[in-house]
Amino acid sequence: MHGLCDLRPRMPRRSDRGLEIALMARKLMKGNEAICHGAVAAGCAAFFGYPITPQNEIPEKMSTLMPDNGRAFVQAESEVAAINMVFGAASTGKRAMTSSSSPGISLKQEGISYIAACELPCVIVNVQRGGPGLGTIFAGQVDYFQAVKGGGHGDYHTLTIAPWSAQECYDFMPLAFDLADKYRNPVLVLMDGIIGQMIEPAELHPVEVHDYPKPWAANGARGRAHNIINSLWMDPKTLENLNERLQAKYEEAARQEVRYHQYMTEDAELILVAYGSTARICRTVVDLAREDGMKVGLFRPVTLFPFPSAQIAELARVGKRFMSVEMSTGQMVEDVRLAVNGMADVAFYGRTGGAIPTPTEILDKVRATFGKPPSISHYPKTAGPEDREVSH
Amino acid sequence: MEKVFERPKGLTDAEFHYCPGCMHSIVHRIVGEVLDELNIIQTTIGVCPVGCAVFMYEYMSCDMIEAAHGRAPAVATGVKRVMPEQVVFCYQGDGDLASIGTAEIIHAAARGEKISVIFINNTTYGMTGGQMAPTTLVGQKATTCPRGRDPEVNGYPIRVCEMLATLDGPSYIERVAPTSPASIAKTKKAIKHAFENQLAGKSFSLVEVLCTCPTHWKISAIDSLKWVEENMTPVYPPGVFVDR
Repeated sequence: MHGLCDLRPRMPRRSDRGLEIALMARKLMKGNEAICHGAVAAGCAAFFGYPITPQNEIPEKMSTLMPDNGRAFVQAESEVAAINMVFGAASTGKRAMTSSSSPGISLKQEGISYIAACELPCVIVNVQRGGPGLGTIFAGQVDYFQAVKGGGHGDYHTLTIAPWSAQECYDFMPLAFDLADKYRNPVLVLMDGIIGQMIEPAELHPVEVHDYPKPWAANGARGRAHNIINSLWMDPKTLENLNERLQAKYEEAARQEVRYHQYMTEDAELILVAYGSTARICRTVVDLAREDGMKVGLFRPVTLFPFPSAQIAELARVGKRFMSVEMSTGQMVEDVRLAVNGMADVAFYGRTGGAIPTPTEILDKVRATFGKPPSISHYPKTAGPEDREVSH
Repeated sequence: MEKVFERPKGLTDAEFHYCPGCMHSIVHRIVGEVLDELNIIQTTIGVCPVGCAVFMYEYMSCDMIEAAHGRAPAVATGVKRVMPEQVVFCYQGDGDLASIGTAEIIHAAARGEKISVIFINNTTYGMTGGQMAPTTLVGQKATTCPRGRDPEVNGYPIRVCEMLATLDGPSYIERVAPTSPASIAKTKKAIKHAFENQLAGKSFSLVEVLCTCPTHWKISAIDSLKWVEENMTPVYPPGVFVDR
């Protein structure tokens, strides 16, 4: 897979001392499997899921991993039921999660809205595929709007983090549960079919499970007044207060939780902005472009909500140009443009429908912004007619 | 003087918002008494519906969760699976349970979830203003079938107890019609049995309660009791469908 070069320096070498230990600790697995191990390490008490490709390894793995660790697993009758089971389990203060892929995440939006309104912590994994409708089972990044702008009805957001490797799939689950508990808010782990399906090494290191006090939990009114988990407020001022509290929470998260990675942005003239598997591809593009004499860097938002707007604005202020690269017809690019706020050019390149952009085709778009003709291919082009390309 | 009758501790001091002649008040009180008598107020988590009983969380003194429309059995499943030692009940109306929530109730029953469900069947969507419910009788008028329910257009009422009784999951299913002091006592016995089953570790229990809605039936409270007996019980016969 494109971008594997990222991992080369970290692969154990024969000459390494302690190679055996390293090999024991690092295991080859799909991103979907790493999600499961990360969830269990994070103290997830319950998983509720439903089959849909390309996330099936998650409920499959969880069906034994959870009971083997004394946790709950239920294959729900629908995505709708699964998220409502999460709602119930999260209401008791226990860590709970569900996973799905694009069409299933749409079905969960009703429940996610209620969970956000009731300020319940939980984790939702979306292994995105192409859309709209049934779309395709192949990878996509077409649920960005749904993920970061709210998703269901009402004025709310899910905190959203995007792993780009199996390792991050493992590492981000404890982070997701911590953020959920800290902010009493649903956290979305936004993957794509490639990150979910790609097999690569991941280290399942021990995780410190943080205990957050949950005096609000509906777990039995022993020695206290009864707790109510509710999202219905007939008094406009009460509901307005809730909405203001939610917004304050998102502002706090924007101050505290923004995460991003930069690669060779310091001297770059053009910065590629990408997340998930597309960022892996773009990292290769940066190397190819540098060999080609063009100063290109990569900015990878790790938190998509809150979005690293201030950091991108700062890069724009010092004169960088941008190109958002996505497996969509242009969604994250809107947040890049909002961050840049007219200070710099923001180009876009995307493939969609399950097509994956190759480093070469992205490189050609990069060359165009430097006024150069298309390159002699470093990689063979993947199948797929040119007319499926989308650029604006 | 000796106190022989008082408000059960299972209920809070909040006043019910229900219409005169509505049976939600009776069934709420029964649930409150049962929580009291079984000494489970502190270990019970209730899940209430969308519908007239949406504010039930104000009335019960146990912990309560307000679910989305029809999703109470899924929410209750989530609670029970992480807190198997606690008592979990759902309280749902006919639109909630038998229309938008059919998948959730059937699969909770099929899984044999160890929860107790109180199902209020009053043949109408009370809270939204008297629209046709899945349990509205053939010929019965409602705001979305003002000429009466026509099977050609609207199909037929759903018999929830009979449908769920085909499954192996439930341990107890009974339908009651609390139209008299004697049948109110019977209703309490049934609801108590549903909770006792759960305390005994038994699977899914459901009690369907045939209830009045004088407001939307547009008849008096007294006449509505007669209406239940004369029109509802022939279609929804009271009785025990499963008890094992």
